[in-house]
Amino acid sequence: MPDQTNRIIKGREIVADDWTVLRPAEGEDAATIAVPDGKVIVPLATWQAQKDTLSTRPAIGVWLASSERPEELKGELDKFAVVAVDFPKFTDGRGYSIAYNLRMRLAYTGELRAIGDVLRDQLFQMKRCGFDAYATRPDRSIEDALKGLTVFSETYQASVDDQRPLFRRHARVATAAEHKDVGAGI
Amino acid sequence: MYQYDQYDHLIVRERIAQYRDQVQRRIAGELTEEEFLPLRLQNGLYMQRHAYMLRIAVPYGLLASKQMRMFAHIARKYDRGYGHFTTRQNIQFNWVELEQTPDILADLASVEMHAIQTSGNCIRNVTADEFAGVAADEIVDPRPYAEVLRQWSTFHPEFIALPRKFKVAINGALEDRAAIAVHDIGLTAVKNEAGEIGFKVMVGGGMGRTPILGSVIREFLPREHLLTYTEAIMRVYNQYGRRDNKYKARIKILLKAIGVEEFARQVEEEWADLKGNAETLTLEEMERIIAYFQPHAYATLPAIDPLADHADNKAFANWLKRNVKPHKVPGYAAVVLSLKKTGVPPGDATAEQMDFMADLADRYSFGELRVTHEQNIVLADVEQRQLFQLWQEAKAHGLATPNIGLLTDMICCPGGDFCSLANAKSIPIAAAIAERFDHIDFLHDIGDLELNMSGCINACGHHHVGHIGILGVDKDGSEWYQVSIGGAQGNQSAIGKIIGPSFSAQQMPEVIDRLLQVYLRERTPEERFVDTAQRLGIAPFKEFVYATPIETAGRLVGEDEYA
Repeated sequence: MPDQTNRIIKGREIVADDWTVLRPAEGEDAATIAVPDGKVIVPLATWQAQKDTLSTRPAIGVWLASSERPEELKGELDKFAVVAVDFPKFTDGRGYSIAYNLRMRLAYTGELRAIGDVLRDQLFQMKRCGFDAYATRPDRSIEDALKGLTVFSETYQASVDDQRPLFRRHARVATAAEHKDVGAGI
Repeated sequence: MYQYDQYDHLIVRERIAQYRDQVQRRIAGELTEEEFLPLRLQNGLYMQRHAYMLRIAVPYGLLASKQMRMFAHIARKYDRGYGHFTTRQNIQFNWVELEQTPDILADLASVEMHAIQTSGNCIRNVTADEFAGVAADEIVDPRPYAEVLRQWSTFHPEFIALPRKFKVAINGALEDRAAIAVHDIGLTAVKNEAGEIGFKVMVGGGMGRTPILGSVIREFLPREHLLTYTEAIMRVYNQYGRRDNKYKARIKILLKAIGVEEFARQVEEEWADLKGNAETLTLEEMERIIAYFQPHAYATLPAIDPLADHADNKAFANWLKRNVKPHKVPGYAAVVLSLKKTGVPPGDATAEQMDFMADLADRYSFGELRVTHEQNIVLADVEQRQLFQLWQEAKAHGLATPNIGLLTDMICCPGGDFCSLANAKSIPIAAAIAERFDHIDFLHDIGDLELNMSGCINACGHHHVGHIGILGVDKDGSEWYQVSIGGAQGNQSAIGKIIGPSFSAQQMPEVIDRLLQVYLRERTPEERFVDTAQRLGIAPFKEFVYATPIETAGRLVGEDEYA
């Protein structure tokens, strides 16, 4: 099996990735934790504690835990090459709302990456909520995961990917003939 | 009723392909059971005690006859010849094979049906008044709005992994027949002084471990803002609802924790960013959906007394009194087909009965049926002059038990016989009670009485809002039953109060008997059981029920049949 730790899905393609996600061990202090050189995605707390030095670096990213508020990054989003949202468990859906708010309320336009427990069957909704990069779980085939992005070709409701609901995208016409069928019980 | 257009068909078709693939990956071991679980739940597939159970969505309970026939087909081909109608106005089949579930979905799609979001931590099937469109006290038909919400919530990308399940009910009439106070969101139609249609929005109701009635967070929401406002509620809940404890994850707990005012403030703040955006309903879209729910082509008929030609027929009179409801069009009536015949698990119907009900709908009621949250079936548009003939036919198929709203019209979950969550059986208890009170004159004398029973704290049987509520509990590995009284649904919603220590299964019929004795002794004329219970409180009931020991030995009627 090829090493997938340095590959992600970006847009609709599998690409090499040279970012590192800094995940502090329990009890590690955000203010003193060493941020390695290179392209690093740091936790929100680390960013906030070490902002002065980190903001001088050419490539820095930040990640939000699912319990954190994207509003914390208000006014600073243009400093990041990547903003990531962590899914501690694929059943934790908070990250979808975080992504929505990053895109729609905070107008973040850079790379928005899903990290953590990211599986094929979540990718379609992640994309709709504004993610455009996916660090899928390394024990699963990333080629396979790619299929998750193209499950549906139409959707009812608006989200980040298309802010018009179906009824504004297409003329949906109720015809009398269609309607009358039903009573006949065919 | 609503009919799919090309987009609805496409989405359902793509869903089947997606789900078929997920099932194949599960069988091939590419998905673990843990990973498959939320995927199958979002498609209504549960692992029950003995087999898989598939819950099929019946949006707001409305069915075409061809859809009912499809249920009969599924019952025969994939199950054991019957299905179970639920308090969510859905139907579930208890004995399906995992491998066959994609084929069932394909069969369902051929009649514009699916099993999307009938379970899982997402927005569930929206429920509504079973008399929508025909009730005289209706302000507005709630079904178009339920349909708007159905489409909007279907695969909503942001709200597919909520802290917990999420239930919405809509009522359009003065009287609440959709139990809106015990839903995560309860909407009731209102008109403002300008005559505009809107909704009063209630949030945070629910049963289960912590029964709470919903709180009004907005008195009037103009109808065009239905989706954006609901979205605001969902976003607040998705972000701040508890996820550490599944028993404290419902929106009601969030409301309780931060207070109604604070919750409403957060929703309004969220909504301020959404109000008026592209998701705001257009007049064209509302009219398009409303067009599907236009009144049928009713004949001009005189209002008649259906009993006039059958004055001596007491059985027919009983049925008219209990199972036939008024209709806003003269000469018509709404008929409730009872799925509560003694000896049959409440809400169950055989394939033969389903086919038969579909035939009745075609012949008497414009080919439509409705599933009620009390687990019965309604034919909403029957000519009064055909009631006698309809009654005779329904009776021959065991669907005319004249017990709607009476003691034996119990709401009852499948309980420990089927459900792996249950702590206790419920169907045999229902059977034993029905057997004990299988005397129609006595039942009619007792009058309106809602007995609701759940086999566990999840409260699928709505026991908290039963006039008499029974909850199955586990005590040291054996099954016991806790009894509450004074609960109610509707405009006067109330949570019942527990009368005291729980009882064994064998004691239950006698417990109900004693409760009824107190009621008969204490009632004032015109007072229903629940009114007496609420007026007097639990004390006199408790005193009498526990005054002398109740026999605990003996076989429970129904125990063998349904074990």
